[in-house]
Amino acid sequence: MNHPGTSGLIFREPELWEKSRAGRCAVSIPGSDVETAPLNQEFTRDDVDLPELYEVDMVRHYTRLSQWNFGIDSGMYPLGSCTMKYNPKTNEAQASRDALASVHPLAGEPYTQGALKLMYDLERQLSAITGYDAVTLQPAAGAHGELTGMLIIHAYHEKNNDQRSKVLIPDTAHGTNPASVTLCGYEAVNVDSGEEGILTPEAVEAVMDEDTAGIMVTNPNTLGLFERNIREIADIVHAKGGLVYGDGANMNAIMGIVKPADIGIDVMHLNLHKTFSTPHGGGGPGSGPVGVTKALEPFLPVPIVEKNGENYTLTCDRPDSIGRLHTFYGHFGIMVRAYSYILSMGAEGLKNASQYAVLNANYLKESLKETLNLPFDKPCMHECVFNDKKQQAYHISTMDIAKRLLDYGFHPPTVYFPLVVDGSFMLEPTETESRETLDQFVQAVQAISREAAETPDLLHSAPNLTKVTRLDEVSAARKPCLKG
Amino acid sequence: MRYLPHTKDDIDSMLETIGKPSIDSLFDSIPDKLKTKEPLDLPQALTEWELDDHMHNVEQSIIASGLCTYFIGAGSYDHYIPHAVKYLISRSEFMTAYTPYQPEVSQGTLQGIYEFQTMITQLTGMDVATASHYDCGTALAEALLIALKKKKKKKVAVSALIHPAHKQIINTYLNPAGYEMLEIPFDENGRTDFSKVPDDDIAAIAVQSPNFFGNIEKLEQAKNACDEKKVFFIASFTEALSLGLLKSPGSYGADLVAGEGQSFGLAKSFGGPGLGLLAGTNKQMRNLPGRLVGKTKDSNGDRGYVLTLATREQHIRREKASSNICSNNGLNALTAAMYLASVGKTGIRKIAQQNHDKAVYLRKKLSEAGFTFPFETEFFNEFIAKAPEGFADTRKRLIEDRCLYAGLDIGQYFPDFKDHYLFCATEKVKKEDMDNLALEVKAL
Repeated sequence: MNHPGTSGLIFREPELWEKSRAGRCAVSIPGSDVETAPLNQEFTRDDVDLPELYEVDMVRHYTRLSQWNFGIDSGMYPLGSCTMKYNPKTNEAQASRDALASVHPLAGEPYTQGALKLMYDLERQLSAITGYDAVTLQPAAGAHGELTGMLIIHAYHEKNNDQRSKVLIPDTAHGTNPASVTLCGYEAVNVDSGEEGILTPEAVEAVMDEDTAGIMVTNPNTLGLFERNIREIADIVHAKGGLVYGDGANMNAIMGIVKPADIGIDVMHLNLHKTFSTPHGGGGPGSGPVGVTKALEPFLPVPIVEKNGENYTLTCDRPDSIGRLHTFYGHFGIMVRAYSYILSMGAEGLKNASQYAVLNANYLKESLKETLNLPFDKPCMHECVFNDKKQQAYHISTMDIAKRLLDYGFHPPTVYFPLVVDGSFMLEPTETESRETLDQFVQAVQAISREAAETPDLLHSAPNLTKVTRLDEVSAARKPCLKG
Repeated sequence: MRYLPHTKDDIDSMLETIGKPSIDSLFDSIPDKLKTKEPLDLPQALTEWELDDHMHNVEQSIIASGLCTYFIGAGSYDHYIPHAVKYLISRSEFMTAYTPYQPEVSQGTLQGIYEFQTMITQLTGMDVATASHYDCGTALAEALLIALKKKKKKKVAVSALIHPAHKQIINTYLNPAGYEMLEIPFDENGRTDFSKVPDDDIAAIAVQSPNFFGNIEKLEQAKNACDEKKVFFIASFTEALSLGLLKSPGSYGADLVAGEGQSFGLAKSFGGPGLGLLAGTNKQMRNLPGRLVGKTKDSNGDRGYVLTLATREQHIRREKASSNICSNNGLNALTAAMYLASVGKTGIRKIAQQNHDKAVYLRKKLSEAGFTFPFETEFFNEFIAKAPEGFADTRKRLIEDRCLYAGLDIGQYFPDFKDHYLFCATEKVKKEDMDNLALEVKAL
C-alpha cells in the first residue's frame, strides 16, 4: 500500500500562558528618544495579562502548532466547493514587496499610482475572464461579495421604484446565499433542483413572480453539474423584471469556456481565494470581487478606481452607489496575489486549469464509482458528489470514511454538503493534483472501503495517527469554553 | 505551466479511464451556444523572472514605500512588526489550510485562534471574542445589527466621531433592511456629546475611543446614556495598541466591542486585509456572528479544540443565521496572536506608552512651529492640529522630497475643519523626524 500518511514525532505544546514566565519578552524595544508623558490616570488601566515569553519559546510554540495543521502544501485537499488548489509561492513574494505591503491607504492618489493601477488592471482581467462590464474588488470574502451583489440587486429595484420581497434560491445553494438574502431584507424562497440534479425552467417558472427580486444560482452547481438551462431560467426571471445572481464559488470549472455574463447572469462574485490561487489562511482573509453588467454598474460600491489619461484616481461621486463595504479598498494584499497568478497563467494557462480541474474530477468519479455510491452518474464538472450508501451495510458513515482518510494522509472531501444528497462526500481535486496523487487517493478510498467490511472498528476509531482523536463537539457546544 | 502536472500521456490515459475522446468532450454537458468561442483577452503569460521584473516596476511607481515616515494613522497604523512574527505566519501549514472543518488535522489553527480569542478578551475586558471579522467597520455594522434584532427597533445612534468610513459601511449594511443610523454630535472638547443622544426609539449607542479626532472618550458617560435609554452599549476602536494603556471598553460595561486589529503585527497593505475584532459579554455569546473556537477533549481524554456553537452560522441555519459571514480574517487573527505573544504583558505597555509619549512630543513641536489645536483633550497617539498658512505646500514637498507624511487633511471628512490635520505618532517615528518637521514648518 503506497499512501503518504504515517505517524511521526509530534510535540506536546501547552497553551501560551502555561509557558509564560514573569519578566520575559520576545521583542527588544528601543529606549525612547523623547520624555515620557504620563496620561491622566482616569483613562489608564492596570497591566494587560498577556503571556510573557522569550523569542525562542514563541517561535517553538507556533512552529509546533503549525506541525499539527494540514495544508495544501502538506498534501491533497479535495474539499468540495472550496477549490483547494496550490497557492504559488511567487504570489507571496510579490505581495510582501516592501512598497506593496507597507503603503498607507490614505497616502494619496499621486503617491500610490502603482497600487491603483494594479487594482484597475486586475478589474479588467477579471472582466475579461467573466465577461462583465465592470468589477469591484472591495468585498472582503465570498459571502461579502454575495452581500454586495444582493445590495446591488436591491438598489436596482429601489431605483426603479419596484422593490420586491423575495429571492429564489435552489436547494443546492451554499448556506451563505440565503443568509445574504436575509441581510438585504428579502425572504429566501427555495427552488427544488430536478431529478437530474439541475434546475428546470418549469420549477423556476412556477415560483417566479413580479414580487421576486431575482434568483441566486451557482453554476456549475454544488453537485458539480452545469446548469444547462441557465439561459432559459434567466429569460424567465428577466421577463418578470428580476435579476440573476451568480455565486462564483465554482468558477474554477469554466475559465475560458463559459463567460457568466454571456449566459444571462447579471451579477456575480468571484472568490480570489478559490479560483485565483490565493491562500485560505485557515479561514481567510479571502477576497470576493463582484462583476456586473453595464446596467448595474452605477450601483457598484465606492470608491471605484478610475483611469483618466495616464492617471488613476479613486472616485466616490456615484449617486446610485450602494455605498461602502470596507474601511478602505478591500483586501489589497490578496488582490496582489491574484494579479500575480493571472499574469503567470495567461489566457491559455487559465483555460488549461479549468480543463484539468474537470479532467481530474471526472477521473476520480470514474475511478471511485465502483467503490462509493454515485447518486448522479453523469459527466461532472470540477467536482463530484458520492455518498455512503454502499458502506451503510457495515454501519460505516461518510464521517467514518472521511476520518479514516486522515490516517492515509489525505484531507477528506467536504462532507454532508450539499444537503440534497444524504451523507454527501463531495470531492474537488483541482487541477494541481497529479495523476499519481489521484491514484494514491483512489487506492486509499478503496482500501478504506475494504476495511469497512473487514475491520470496521478501524474506521469507527479513526483518525488514529493524528495529534488528537475525534473530539467531543457536543460538550464543546453545550458548555462552551471559548477562552483560557 | 509549472503549477499544472499533466503530460500528454497522463491526459490520454485519464480520458481512456473516463471513456471520453478528448478534453473538449468533457464539457459536452454545456450547450454549445453558451460557450465562449474566443480565447480570453489577457496579457501573455509571464515566467517567474518576468513577473519579478513587472512587479518591481509596479513597486517603483509607489512613492509611499516602507521607508516613509508616517505621521498619519486614521485607521491604518505604522507599527513595528517583529521578524519572528512575519517568519512564522508565512509557514504554509497555517497559510494553505482551509477553515478548520476537520479538527484532528487543524489543531494548530484551532489552538492559535483559541489563544487569540483569549488575548482579545483580556485586552477588551469582554467575556467572548470571535475568531475575527473583515475589519472594524464591518464588525461594527454587525454589532449594530445584533442590537437592532435583539431590541426589535429600527434605529441606532452612532457618535459623529467614529471613523467616517465606518459610518458609510453602517449605512450600507443597515439601510436596505429598513434600519436607520442617527448621529450623536460632538462637543467643544472633541468628544461625543452624550447629552445630545437623539430622542428616537433606538436599539444601541455606538462610540469609538480614541475617536476619529484621536481624543479619548468618556466611556462612563456613554454607559450612563445607554442605561438611561436601556439600549446596547457598543464601543469601537481603530487603534488596538491603545488597549495596552487605556482602560478596556469592557471595564466601562460595554455589551459589544468592535475593533481594528491591524496594529498587532499586520502590514498596512494599502488598507487590507486588516483584522476585524468582535467581542461581547457572555449574554451576547449566541448572538455573535462568525466563527468561535472552543476547548474540549478527544476520545482519549486529551485536550483539543474545535469550531463550536455552529448553530448560529449560515451553513447550519441558512436564512436564519446571525450573519452570512463564512471566511473571516483568520490568518490575520493568528498574526495578531503571534504579535501579542511576542510583546507580552510588559512589551505592549511599553510600546503603547511610547506611542503616547511621541505624540505628546510631536504636538509640542508642532505648537512651537505655529500649529494651533482646537481641543485640549486627552489623546493616545493621534490628535487634530490647525496648520499655519502655506502648510499644504510644505506637506506636499515633504512627501515628494523626503517621503514624510505630515498629517491627514480632515477637511474632506469634516468641512468645518478646513486646514486641520489629523496627526499620528507611533513608536517608529524618531525625535529627529519630529524636530525636522517642526523646522520645515517654522521656515514657512
